[in-house]
Amino acid sequence: MAKTITRQEPALGVDAELARRLLGEMLLIRRFEEKAAEAYALGKIGGFLHLYIGEEAVAVGATSVLRPDDYAISAYREHGHCLAKGSDPRRAMAELYGRRDGLSKGKGGSMHLFDRSVNFLGGHAIVGAHLPVAAGVGFGIKYRGGDQVVVCYFGDGAVPQGEFHESMNLVALWKLPVIYVCENNRYAMGTSTERALAQTEIWQFGRTYGIPAERVDGMDVLAVREAVGRAVERARADKTPALIEADTYRFRGHSMRDPAGAVYRTREEVEREKQRDPIALFRGYALAAKLVTDDDVRTLEKDAVDRVDEAVAFADASPEPPGEWLFTDIYGEPPREA
Amino acid sequence: MAVMTYREALNLALREEMRRDPNVFVIGEEVGLYEGAYKVTQGLLREFGPRRVVDTPIAESGFTGVGIGAAMTGLRPVVEMMTFNFALVAVDQIVNTAAKIRYMSGGQYHVPIVIRGPGGPAAQLGAQHSQSMESYFYHVPGLKVVRPTTPMDAKGLLKSSIRDDDPVIFIESETLYNVKGDVPEDPDFLIPLGQAIVRREGTDVTVIAYMGMCYRAMEVAEELAAEGISVEIVDPRTLRPMDTESIIGSVRKTHRAVVVEAGAGFAGMGSEIAAFITERAFDDLDAPVERVTGANAPMPYARNLEKLKTPSKDRIAAAVRRVCYANGG
Ligand SMILES: Cc1ncc(C[n+]2csc(CCOP(=O)(O)OP(=O)(O)O)c2C)c(N)n1
Ligand SMILES: [Mg+2]
Repeated sequence: MAKTITRQEPALGVDAELARRLLGEMLLIRRFEEKAAEAYALGKIGGFLHLYIGEEAVAVGATSVLRPDDYAISAYREHGHCLAKGSDPRRAMAELYGRRDGLSKGKGGSMHLFDRSVNFLGGHAIVGAHLPVAAGVGFGIKYRGGDQVVVCYFGDGAVPQGEFHESMNLVALWKLPVIYVCENNRYAMGTSTERALAQTEIWQFGRTYGIPAERVDGMDVLAVREAVGRAVERARADKTPALIEADTYRFRGHSMRDPAGAVYRTREEVEREKQRDPIALFRGYALAAKLVTDDDVRTLEKDAVDRVDEAVAFADASPEPPGEWLFTDIYGEPPREA
Repeated sequence: MAVMTYREALNLALREEMRRDPNVFVIGEEVGLYEGAYKVTQGLLREFGPRRVVDTPIAESGFTGVGIGAAMTGLRPVVEMMTFNFALVAVDQIVNTAAKIRYMSGGQYHVPIVIRGPGGPAAQLGAQHSQSMESYFYHVPGLKVVRPTTPMDAKGLLKSSIRDDDPVIFIESETLYNVKGDVPEDPDFLIPLGQAIVRREGTDVTVIAYMGMCYRAMEVAEELAAEGISVEIVDPRTLRPMDTESIIGSVRKTHRAVVVEAGAGFAGMGSEIAAFITERAFDDLDAPVERVTGANAPMPYARNLEKLKTPSKDRIAAAVRRVCYANGG
């Protein structure tokens, strides 16, 4: 059952420019994912493809309070986080296509987007494993005396995993500037949080470890922005970590191999959740608040379509990686073994 | 050159590298206040302080992940495993994250981390604390695996591992920490990874062995010299990448090879070495390659059974004689 959270007046202030940016980024991610699904159906993308449709407000809201030199790291449903951080959609799409101009030269794929140029530390596909890595990024920031932060996105499925708890303990114990953002879309594949967690209010684990924690409406881009904004401010000031539980929902199946998602959740539930579509909600808000005009919205929608079309064309045109690349990027210098 | 123990050589390597590069830090259980479960990190906390000598709770997966994240963003962590048996708790971090980051990111990120600590057969520590761990790691592309036999190697190879830009699994041994040997004091003394060493020159048979088994093979070689068998001993030192050239070169000279390893034989290091010798130097061989390996059993506690588990001098000598008398030796 969806728990709707009413948003307080945004303290961080939203002007027309920010509203256009937030809406534009969410539209871009949505369009990117829709086109990726099409390409998958055409056999242009292989393997596992996990779409972020429905969850765009989390990545966009969180990234909107980050500086370019801050870090982000995610699991395998990471296209949105990577694009929000500023990656070129053309190179992201080329990576999904397994082409040489992909962000990871075609060696990573959908689940392993990395982009050093925007401090995006990757898509990681072992559930829970990137949480300690994020703690290490925070450790490094503190070690060097920097004031950056790292945002670590993960699913509700990582919470019963030991590394979630090890990470909470370590960042609290050592006071590391890590902001853990749990995207609680209520399912880990087909397992609902009720069937996986003795404590389904994930933010409460923050209290256990003495970490400032809160639950936020993950469908409300401004609410996410506010919550992550508060966490960033604390982390910059004195390295305080945070746990933010974003209440969200994936509109599609777990991956393209679970297109309907109908066995473990009802059609009614999915339809009801689609009423919370983060893009529709924010568009409605921004129009009503006269932050954007109908014209603005049309322009942003067209921009998203154009940029993604361009990304698809770029990916299509990019050659396959050459055979020699099988053996490159394994070690820093070629080892002597074959 | 100074005479010092294997433990002191490791400690000196850590100190020198920490003095040389402010991005090098040590992290693990009991490395600071307690000065190391095996005292390898003795005195480091005093010299470098808690920022660079970081005591952790018991959370191998967690603190290995911390090392990886720090390494991806510019630091050079040396992660201590109290013993390598506990590295299995962190094996996902090592195999799925550390070893794969450079590849999955298309070369954008790399993980200059050293994961070190003792492993291999120890004295009556039983099945969970006394086992050869290298085979769990040397199978993995993206990892380098080092097994330093002497104090000099311990120092030179640890320093190279810390300066290396890839994840290095550096497995020491409880039974060698008190071994003494010559160690160069020059802070620029390094031993490159991936270079084997001929520990003893000989003409009749090549014995490939490292760590405790290398010392045992040296004793056997001495005894067999009295029988007129001249044994050459090659210590690979780095198991991945392995210096196959040096091993093949020695076998081309002696035409016979025996591989000794403490770990269980099935799909072990000996299998790999025997395979590449056979593939690349078959025509040079005068006898089949022999393996002398640990028994295919967990490590027992009882002293007599423990002795049976690990290759004895008698078994090594018997294998050497067998390959030498083949073809009339
Ligand atoms: C350690 C581990 N176990 C199992 C899997 C298989 N698996 C991939 S995704 C997934 C569900 C994870 O759900 P969640 O963390 O909630 O993320 P979401 O897919 O909802 O974004 C599972 C079980 C895995 N990748 N890693
Ligand atoms: Mg989930």
